[in-house]
Amino acid sequence: MYVAVKGGERAIDNAHALLADKRRGDRNVPELSLDQIDNQLALGVDRVMCEGSLYDRELAALAIKQARGDMIEAIFLLRAYRTTLPRFGASEPIDTGAMDIRRRISATFKDLPGGQVLGPTFDYTHRLLDHTLTADSDVAPAATAPADEATFRSVADLLAGSGLIEGEAEATGDVGDLTREPLSFPAGRDLRLQNLARGDEGFLLALAYSTQRGFGRNHPFAGEIRYGEVEIEFFAEDAGFAVPLGAIAITECQMVNQFTGSATQAPRFTRGYGISFGQSERKSMAMALVDRALRARELGEEAGSPAQDEEFVLSHSDNVQATGFVEHLKLPHYVDFQAELGLLRKLQAEFFERGTEIPMQDAAE
Amino acid sequence: MTAPVYNFAYLDEQTKRMIRRAILKAIAIPGYQVPFASREMPMPYGWGTGGVQVTAAILGPQDVLKVIDQGSDDTTNAVSIRKFFTRTAGVRTTTATLEATVIQTRHRVPETALNENQVLVYQVPIPEPLRFLEPRETETRRMHALSEYGLMHVKLYEDIARHGHIATAYAYPVQVDSRYVMDPSPIPKFDNPKLSNCAALQLFGAGREKRIYAIPPYTRVTSLDFDDHPFEPYRHDASCELCNATESYLDEVITDDEGHRMFVCSDTDFCEQRRAAGHGPVAARPQAEAAHD
Amino acid sequence: MNAPAYDMAFASQAAFRALMECLSRPGETRRLDGAGAPAPMAQATAALVRSLADYETPIWFDPAFAAAPAIADWIRFHTGAPIVATPDKAAFALIADALALPGFIQFAQGSEEYPDRSTTIIIQVESFAGPALTLQGPGIATTCEFAATPLPADFAQRLRDNREMYPRGVDLVFVAGDRIAALPRSVRVVEN
Repeated sequence: MYVAVKGGERAIDNAHALLADKRRGDRNVPELSLDQIDNQLALGVDRVMCEGSLYDRELAALAIKQARGDMIEAIFLLRAYRTTLPRFGASEPIDTGAMDIRRRISATFKDLPGGQVLGPTFDYTHRLLDHTLTADSDVAPAATAPADEATFRSVADLLAGSGLIEGEAEATGDVGDLTREPLSFPAGRDLRLQNLARGDEGFLLALAYSTQRGFGRNHPFAGEIRYGEVEIEFFAEDAGFAVPLGAIAITECQMVNQFTGSATQAPRFTRGYGISFGQSERKSMAMALVDRALRARELGEEAGSPAQDEEFVLSHSDNVQATGFVEHLKLPHYVDFQAELGLLRKLQAEFFERGTEIPMQDAAE
Repeated sequence: MTAPVYNFAYLDEQTKRMIRRAILKAIAIPGYQVPFASREMPMPYGWGTGGVQVTAAILGPQDVLKVIDQGSDDTTNAVSIRKFFTRTAGVRTTTATLEATVIQTRHRVPETALNENQVLVYQVPIPEPLRFLEPRETETRRMHALSEYGLMHVKLYEDIARHGHIATAYAYPVQVDSRYVMDPSPIPKFDNPKLSNCAALQLFGAGREKRIYAIPPYTRVTSLDFDDHPFEPYRHDASCELCNATESYLDEVITDDEGHRMFVCSDTDFCEQRRAAGHGPVAARPQAEAAHD
Repeated sequence: MNAPAYDMAFASQAAFRALMECLSRPGETRRLDGAGAPAPMAQATAALVRSLADYETPIWFDPAFAAAPAIADWIRFHTGAPIVATPDKAAFALIADALALPGFIQFAQGSEEYPDRSTTIIIQVESFAGPALTLQGPGIATTCEFAATPLPADFAQRLRDNREMYPRGVDLVFVAGDRIAALPRSVRVVEN
């Protein structure tokens, strides 16, 4: 017997109650604290802040906890919160040259002023599961040394000083913001970089990888990857000067790429740029490769590969948009399905009436 | 960390102004897709964020809101969106089409004719009717600018060559006031005639794609077709087993493992109103098939 | 939520909604609860500006408004909107002297690709009376009458020329005290 489908509201409430229960899990297991997530799942917090486009470790940790470790869900939570915040303006450009360095490496020079600083990295670890971590681990504090006064000029600047790499375009006036103005094409590099910085790490990684395999190759060298803390300043109109707001941790990647040149211009290396909140080297490097790929047209290169296709890349990089639309297929579509079913039945009936000897397409042609 | 405080109808005033300006331009240029800076909403993209933003921007304390999905007030997403506005705007809600001043819908146009005091807000997944023919926005925007809709007619004609009919059963493209070709959202083509000359204002919101468009009241909306293959609205050869309606859009419900099925109105309010007015099921009616005419 | 913000939300919504209805139904008028503003700004103009303008919407006003310096201060204080010197840069244009209404072509028309990037002109008149134009188009069931006084003598021709530009063109909002009406670019003047 057909019963009109009712009770959606109760079903939803019950589903939410069950979700809350499952999120907490076995009550005999201690509940995760936000501090634990922030400290011990720090790279997850970094990713959620970066793609969530909001620098707040505590909120990102909360989002991860609430999302049961589903990173895209956590990013979505943070974005949905971010969008409700009042906007006071844009900070002054950060000076990554003045970064308080935690890690800084260059693949293009054996040594350079300031030196190679390995910092906390998985690089060179052997990926062997460490069973000592199954129990509480007793980790001795890492050795420290007094901060030295070395300056860490960026590798790109060192190259630019000798004219071997293209100069970076001077900042001109306002920087676009795709959260305030819908993206239109062609987009400026400012909007492209913003889009990539918010973009899905996996998507950018795959695109970056495709350029290395020949789909838009641009001969990259990791000129420099640096991770550390930079000061944020905000120019307050009423005070008339820039006010420091605090420090944030970022990872910056400067790729040195294939050189260009012409009869009138000396050959020079070109740049790809990547940046992310926290320590996210994979993301920053992938972003730098995709940024460079997207500059193909500007640099007069043939642009036929997916990573060089601005509209394709920028329209599909956002995982909050992507997951929403892919998952929306879960919503009821029975009205449309019914319409399709009716059409199909009609076409089938006509097909069988006609007999099957002559396909309709041939008959029509 | 401070607990969030939300404005009336969730969106901040600046966002509402931006959406309102887009709505006004959309009304002035019927069928044209106005880009707007769609915000992240607390529900996923693709789940009605465009419709929700439009509704939030127009809603006032005097409004009475109805939310339907697939024609029903009680589908999960409709319930969820209705709850959202109850919580954030405190507006009165209803399931009765005629009581509502704002109706947000996904995939259906109510069966009951709308009136001049109503606004119908559609949730739109892909606002660009030419998108499946040309994936690039830069291209489709140019095609709209030049009224260059030949590609769409070629596609429809290829359907006729292959199947003998235009093989589009929902999201069937329309032309608004003889100018812009527009996606009516994935409503069944059964609903297309209701868009034309409608007394109510119709607004369309696509959140993920960041577009708003509109059909003002009493605007001519035609479904694309050919002289020798005129547009045929879908018609069922069945009637609703609950209220015996013959002119409404029907859902097919599978009733047992043997594949028996029955047909009921997709518009649950329409069906309830009819039953309240004394229309009932026809006893022991043989199973009927739905078909196009 | 504090009470004043709440009131602001409601007042903005009411003004917008009235304009939305007028633009959807050319020729019809709606009454707006006004917001106080320095002369010569009418109550309803003030309500519309506060409802729709902000730092993203450059505003241009005509010499009649410019003669009252308090107007620019009022706009900046209440909306933060930048005030521009040329009408083709304006999202909104405010006209206090309807008889001296500049040609529509001097305002932003939008492009063929983005016809929405055009000026909405808010024109203050004395009344919605006088010789009527007969109009057709979206939002109008059959035909409708529109009258406002004062208007330039060639106003009907200006509307026709604006329609010739379609989908580019300007949209018009009329204010008489606390009442408003609107003519979107889609209206067609019926020849008598």
